[in-house]
Amino acid sequence: MTGTLPTSVTQELGPDALLQAYRTMRTIRDFEERVHEEFAGGDIPGFVHLYAGEEASATGVCTHLDDRDAIASTHRGHGHCIAKGVDVKAMMAEIYGKSTGSCRGKGGSMHIADLSKGMLGANGIVGGGPPLICGRALAAKQLGSGGVAVAFFGDGASNQGTTLESLNLASIWNLPAIFVAENNGYAEATSSSWSVATDDIADRAAAFGMPGVIVDGFDFFAVYEAAGEAIARARDGGGPTLIEVKFTRYFGHFEGDQQLYRADEVAQAREKLDCLKRFRGRVTETGQLTGDQLDAIDVEVAKLIDESVVEAKAAPKPGPDDLLTDVYVSY
Amino acid sequence: MARSITYREAINEAIAQEMERDERVIVMGEDNVGGTGSPGEMDAWGGVLGVTKGLYGRFPDRVMDTPISESAFIGAAIGAATGGLRPVAELMFVDFMGVCFDQIYNQAAKFRYMFGGKAVTPVVIRTMWGAGLRAAAQHSQSLLSVFTHIPGLKVVVPSNPYDAKGLLIQSIRDDDPVIFAEHKMLYDTAGDVPAESYAIPFGEANVVREGDDVTIVAIGRMVATAQEAAEQLAGSGIQAEIIDPRTVSPLDTDTILESVENTGRLVVVDEANPRCSLATDISATVAQDAFGSLRAPIQMVTAPHTPVPFADSLEDVFIPDAQKVANAVKTAVEWKK
Repeated sequence: MTGTLPTSVTQELGPDALLQAYRTMRTIRDFEERVHEEFAGGDIPGFVHLYAGEEASATGVCTHLDDRDAIASTHRGHGHCIAKGVDVKAMMAEIYGKSTGSCRGKGGSMHIADLSKGMLGANGIVGGGPPLICGRALAAKQLGSGGVAVAFFGDGASNQGTTLESLNLASIWNLPAIFVAENNGYAEATSSSWSVATDDIADRAAAFGMPGVIVDGFDFFAVYEAAGEAIARARDGGGPTLIEVKFTRYFGHFEGDQQLYRADEVAQAREKLDCLKRFRGRVTETGQLTGDQLDAIDVEVAKLIDESVVEAKAAPKPGPDDLLTDVYVSY
Repeated sequence: MARSITYREAINEAIAQEMERDERVIVMGEDNVGGTGSPGEMDAWGGVLGVTKGLYGRFPDRVMDTPISESAFIGAAIGAATGGLRPVAELMFVDFMGVCFDQIYNQAAKFRYMFGGKAVTPVVIRTMWGAGLRAAAQHSQSLLSVFTHIPGLKVVVPSNPYDAKGLLIQSIRDDDPVIFAEHKMLYDTAGDVPAESYAIPFGEANVVREGDDVTIVAIGRMVATAQEAAEQLAGSGIQAEIIDPRTVSPLDTDTILESVENTGRLVVVDEANPRCSLATDISATVAQDAFGSLRAPIQMVTAPHTPVPFADSLEDVFIPDAQKVANAVKTAVEWKK
C-alpha cells in the first residue's frame, strides 16, 4: 500500500488556516535559528537538537489536530511543541532553564511538554514515544473522545523495538494512532540509507497490516494531505497509518555537531526545497494569500521570538526548594 | 465481613471492585483474558497463574490481552494513564522488566518531575516476583530494589491476602505510577479478608509481631519466614519484633527506627541478592539514623550474590529460611564487643 501522494491536490484550507500554518512554520524556523545563535553564544545549557528544515511535517500534521488529540515527540521536539500550541515564550524560558519555563526549568529542551495541550513531551529516549501514543490512542478509543494520537519519531527510532512493537500493537488493537517517521537522512551521524534495511521506512507498514505512505517533507501541502487522510481514517475507526516524511535537517544532530558526515545538501535544500519558500510560492501563485500578508507574519513572529529571548534571559532560575518538589503527586 | 480467601483471590477481588467503582480502570497483559483470537473460552487463562480469571466475563470492554510485547503494552498503559484511564497492566514476571524498563523508569517515573509537576500518571504495573517455584534464573528474581531506586515510582510488596487487597485498591486509586509486586509463592496462601472494599495507605509498615530483643524487618514472603524464626526464638527466651514495611517506596522509616531504638538490634531479611538491595538500604538508614541505639552490628539475611538456581537442592539454600534468620538473630543478641 506504499505510495507517494500527489502534491497538487487543491486543499480546502481557507486564508485564515493558511496564514496560521505559515505562522506556525515561520515561528518554528525563527525559534530554531535564534536558539542556534543563542547556543553559540554560550547562554543555553545542555543539549539542543534543532528542527529547522522540518517545519512542514509538524505543521502539516498538527493542523488537523485539536484538543482531543495527543502527540508524542522526540529529542528534536521544538517544532512539534509549537505546532501543537505550546506557548513559545514558556518554551524559550524552559530552554534557558528558567522557572517560567513550560516545565519550570526541570525538563529543558529534550523534555518540553504541555499536557494541557496534548503535547506529551519531547523525549530524550529514541523510540520512547510510540508506546505512549498507543496508550493515548487507547484512552481516546475507550473514552469515546473521538481523539487520535500521533507519534513523531525519526529514522533512528524506526529501528527501535519500541517503535516496531507499537506499530504491531496499534494494528491489532485497531487504534486511532498515526505514526509519523521523520526521515531526515541521519540518525545522529549515521545515514538512514545504511541503517534502515528496507528501501523506505514506509515499507515496514505492510508488515504490520497498515497503510504506509511516503511524503515530500518539504511540502506542507503534501504532508497536510497525507496526514488528513490518515487522521480521518483513524477518527473513523479505520486504524493506524505509517507516514514517512522525507527531508533534510538544516542543522547538525545537536548544536556543536561539525557535520563532517554530510556534504552540501543543506545549502541545496535551503536554496531549492525549503518549505517556507515553497509555501509562499504556492499560496501567492494561486492568489490565496499575498506576499504582504506573509511579510506581516514574518514581522510578527520576529517580534515574538525577540521578546521570548529577552524575557527568558531576564526570568529567574528555579530556587533550591524546587529541587525536591514534583517527584510525586503524594508521597 | 471477613472470610478466608487466597492472596490470588484477594488481588482479583481488589481489581474487580475497583473496576466496578471506576470505569476508567482497565486491565491489560499477556493472557490476562487468555484466549483472545482462539475459538475456546475467551478467558481461558485469566493470567498465567489465573489472577485475572473471570474479570473478562464481567468487564469485557476493559480487560484486554496483549501480544508478548512488553515495551509496547507497558508503555501503552503509561500513555493511557496520562490520557484519562487508570490502567492496571501485568508485567507477568518481574524478570521481564529488562525488555520494557525504559517505559517505566525513563517515561512514567519521570513525567511529573521532568514536566514541572504538571503530569499525573496513575498506572499500576502488577508483577510477579521471587524464588521458590523452581523457575530458575530468568523467572525468579527479586528486583524490587531496582524500582525502589527510581524517584517517581512507588513500590508495593504485600505479604498476605489482607494487605494484597487493601494495597492494590490504594495502588489503583493512587495518582502516581505504582509497581505492585506479587510474590508467586504466596498466591495460594489464605487469610481473612473483608468482602467490602478498603484501602491501606502507603508508607505505613505493619508491626506483625511485637518484641523487645531484636527488630526483624522482612520483605514479602520473608515475613512468614521471620515469623517462623520468631516462634523458635521465643522458645529460647528471645522476643523478636517483626516489621513488614508493606511498601518499600515510600518506606516507613519511622516505625523501623522507633523499633530499633527500643530493641537495639536489627536483622533485615530479604530474599533478593545482597548488593545495593533493600537489605543494604534499610541497614544503612538505621546505621545512620539510629546508630546510638544499636547494641550489635546489623545482620542481613539475604540470598547470595548469584543468579537464582534451578535445582531444588540449590534453590532451597539460595532462599533464606527460618534457621538462617534465627541464627542471625542469635548473632545479634549474643554479640559482645
